[in-house]
Parts: sequence; C-alpha cells; structure tokens
Amino acid sequence: MRHIITIIKKQIKDTLRNKAVLIQFVMFPALAVIMTRSMQIEGMPPDFFVKLFSTMYVGMAPLTCIAAIISEEKEKNTLRVLLMADVSSWQYLVGVGSYVFFFCMLGAGVFCLLGGYTLGQGGVFLLIMAVGILTSLLLGAAVGIGSGSQMAATSVTVPVMLLFSFSPMLSMFNDHIAKLARFTYTEQIRLLLNGLGKGERTGEGILIIAANIFLFGSIFWLLYRRQGFKQNQPALTKN
Amino acid sequence: MAALIQAEHITHSFGDKKIIEDISFMVEKGEVIGLLGPSGAGKTTLVNILTGQLKAAGGSVRICGGEDGKKPETGIMMDSFGLYERLSVWENLRIFADIYRVSKERIEKLLDRTQLRPARNTAVSKLSKGMRGRVNLCRALLKDADILYLDEPTSGLDPATTWKIHQLIGEEREAGTTVFLTTHNMHEAETLCDRVMLLNQGKIVEQGVPRDICTRHNSRREIEVTLQGGERHVLPNARESEKILSEWIRAEKILSIHSSEPDLEKVFLGITGRRLSD
Repeated sequence: MRHIITIIKKQIKDTLRNKAVLIQFVMFPALAVIMTRSMQIEGMPPDFFVKLFSTMYVGMAPLTCIAAIISEEKEKNTLRVLLMADVSSWQYLVGVGSYVFFFCMLGAGVFCLLGGYTLGQGGVFLLIMAVGILTSLLLGAAVGIGSGSQMAATSVTVPVMLLFSFSPMLSMFNDHIAKLARFTYTEQIRLLLNGLGKGERTGEGILIIAANIFLFGSIFWLLYRRQGFKQNQPALTKN
Repeated sequence: MAALIQAEHITHSFGDKKIIEDISFMVEKGEVIGLLGPSGAGKTTLVNILTGQLKAAGGSVRICGGEDGKKPETGIMMDSFGLYERLSVWENLRIFADIYRVSKERIEKLLDRTQLRPARNTAVSKLSKGMRGRVNLCRALLKDADILYLDEPTSGLDPATTWKIHQLIGEEREAGTTVFLTTHNMHEAETLCDRVMLLNQGKIVEQGVPRDICTRHNSRREIEVTLQGGERHVLPNARESEKILSEWIRAEKILSIHSSEPDLEKVFLGITGRRLSD
C-alpha cells in the first residue's frame, strides 16, 4: 500500500507541472461549463452539453492520460528504476490508475453538478461515468504498455481516442455510424446517460460495456504477458 | 572473506547474437570489483542479470546472505539516469526514500555528501549532466546498500564530477560496501578496483588484481630511467643493467625509475586487438 501511495503522490506532483496531461482533466469540464452557460437553444435539454462532453471526456481523458504517463515513464527509464526499487508492476498500475481515475472523477463531479441532477440521478450519473472511465483506463494502459515511446503511444492514442470519443456524437447525426457505434462502450455510456431518470432498460448497454471491458482486458493482458514494461531494450520485466 | 556474489556459467543471447558466454566469477564481501570492457562487450547485460532485471538463458547467480541470513540490500546506479525531470532533486530522492522507508535526514546527509544541497529545489531538467549523475548516485546510496552496482557511473561526465564520484565510491568502499563497477575507463578501474575482469564479446578474457594483470602481461621486461637533466634511458630489466644502475645510484644521477608494465588498456589491446574506448 505504501508503494501505491508513493506512486500517487509522485504522480500528483508531476502532473501539476505537466500541462499536456493537466489539460486533459480540465478541458471538457471547462467546455461544458462554458457551453451550458452561454448557449440555450429552444427545445434543447438543459444538460445537453453535459451529456455530450461527459461522453467525450470518458473516451478521451483517462485513455490519453494513462497512455501518456506509462509511455513517458518507459521512454525516460523512470519506470525501470521504480521496478528495480521493489515496486511491483501491479502496484505501479494501481497507483497510476487510481490517480487518473480520481482526477477524472473530479471532472465527472463537475459535470454532475452542472447537470443539476437530483441526488439519486447524480449517484447513477457518477456510477456510469466511473464505469466508462475504468474501461478507458484499461484501454489506455494497454496502449501505454504496447508502445515503446511517447511518440508511438500518441500515434496509437489519437485514432483510438477519436474513434471512441467522437463516434457517440457522430451517431446522433448519422444512422449508419449509429449502427456501428452502438458496439462501443462510449456510445453505450452516452445512451445510459441519456436514459438517466427515464427508467429505460439498460441490459444491452451493460452487456456491450462488459464485452468492451473483456476485449480491452484481454488486449492488455496479452501485451503485458508479451512484453511487460519493456522499453526498446530487453531486461525490464519484474513482477 | 565470504563470497557475496557467485555467478556460475552465465550465458545469454538476444536472438541469434550471443551476448554473454559462459561467465563464472565470485565477488567477496567488501570488495570493489570492476568489469572492464568496450561498448557492446556485454557489461550492462551482465549487470542486468546480476540485479535480477534480466533472466539469464543459462547458468546461475547466487547472492549470499549475511551471517544473520538476511538478504543483502542492493543499490543500483544505471547508465541511463531515469530521473523525473519535472520534479526537483529533493522530490526525486523523496520518492525513493518513501519506497525504501529511509528518513529525510538521510537524504539531507547525502545531499551534503554529493554537494547537491544548492540544487536541492531545482528541477532535474535544469541540471547539468554531471549534477544528474550525482543525483543518480545519491539515489543508489539512499538505501545504505550492502552491494552497490554502478553501471558506467562516470560515463560522459566532466573531470570534476568524475573525481567527486570516485571519492564517494572510495568512501563506500571504506564503509565496507561491496561495489560492482562497470566501466570502459581503465584509470577508473585501476584507481578504484581491488580486482578487475576484462570482458570482450561476452567472455572474460582476463581477471585479477590490476597490478598483477599488468605484471603478467609485461612482455617487454624493460625499465625506464630518467636522469637529472632530463636524459632518458631504457634498460633491459635483467642482470646486465645492474652495473650501470648502481653507478647512477652512487652518483645520485637518477631522477625517476619506472618498470615498463603495460597498463590495462594495453593488456586489453594485446589480448583482444580492441581498445577499451572502442
């Protein structure tokens, strides 16, 4: 537990000085605040931008943050030093993952407050967001582990992030995209958020999200088994 | 002296390329041992195997516990710094102090020993390479290790930092720490090490006390004499030189006298045909 707390403390200090990661946590909640406060179109639900940006936030922030953190640590050899200092791979992942999850949940809290939900709706909103953030973390960790450098991670993260964060928005305007997008967890997060307080059936959504988690978990596990936390050179795996 | 590290028949390959070929050696407690070889000789791979970062394809490494059966603590200074560049020197050391359960006082002491106190709150990204090297060593020393692995500790550093690092390694040696040092700098090996192993293309080609190695490989058997006034003479290191040397000594003519053993660089060149600095 001590090692995990040390990783979290290290990450907090580091992120406060890392604008590239910091902006990911702030950008979408800030956009949602600005758009909700400044744009009121007749017939548009008051929490339209909250739900739109929440979905994009889920598909973008956790994924890019954790992929950037892991790939940077691999590239700069800091991860190797941590592993040599008796920090195990899972302690590192739990530490970094908890940190990203916690900060993303702060963003989710901002969305929740902005949406003006009741206590019960707010709780469900945060639960849906938590599931989406965890799914993204799994995918981001797989990208980080599979990439040898920050540049390689970015080249994978950008298309993956665009696919998952923009497909829910595009599916609102195009039926063909909607048919495909329904198999993504972010689209299901959007549908679950849209159904908030309406008592709609959520079975299919939960099933698709579970399938996504299983898929990303398998990719993560395969990559981890294949190369652990290796950089471009051998010698770095330690469990 | 008790053996602290016992390596037996270690082999390792990357793909088809053999990096380490059947290496066996023993390191005694309190000894400073140098692994000397040019770039690509397999030094870092061997350190990675010894430190458990890499599993050898063959052979075994045994790190022996002390009399109390406790596993020896190890400190590792890698050739790449692996420091958090956005964090300060103090914050970098604090992370590892927390992991090792080391007190803040020990960090403060090490900052003084490594003369890093003025840079205590400076971000690592703003430090010179020499200072980063010292932070790297400082981190390796945090744990009060029984075995210290130093992989090219002075590679690319300025002479002042190199001198400082040599001084710190000397202090560790006096404190009884076992030091396993890899280097391609023969002066470093000659100055710091009790024993050296010369590594070439994954094989140990020679090992022993530096002076003994040089003596063993002295094929010239000559002595160089410099007389008052700067006149230099090279004499055979044999009986025939006795008379003339005696005359010079009686006449107090001799300014300096040296035997002509090769240094480790020349020994390595003689054995392998390669320079250590290659």
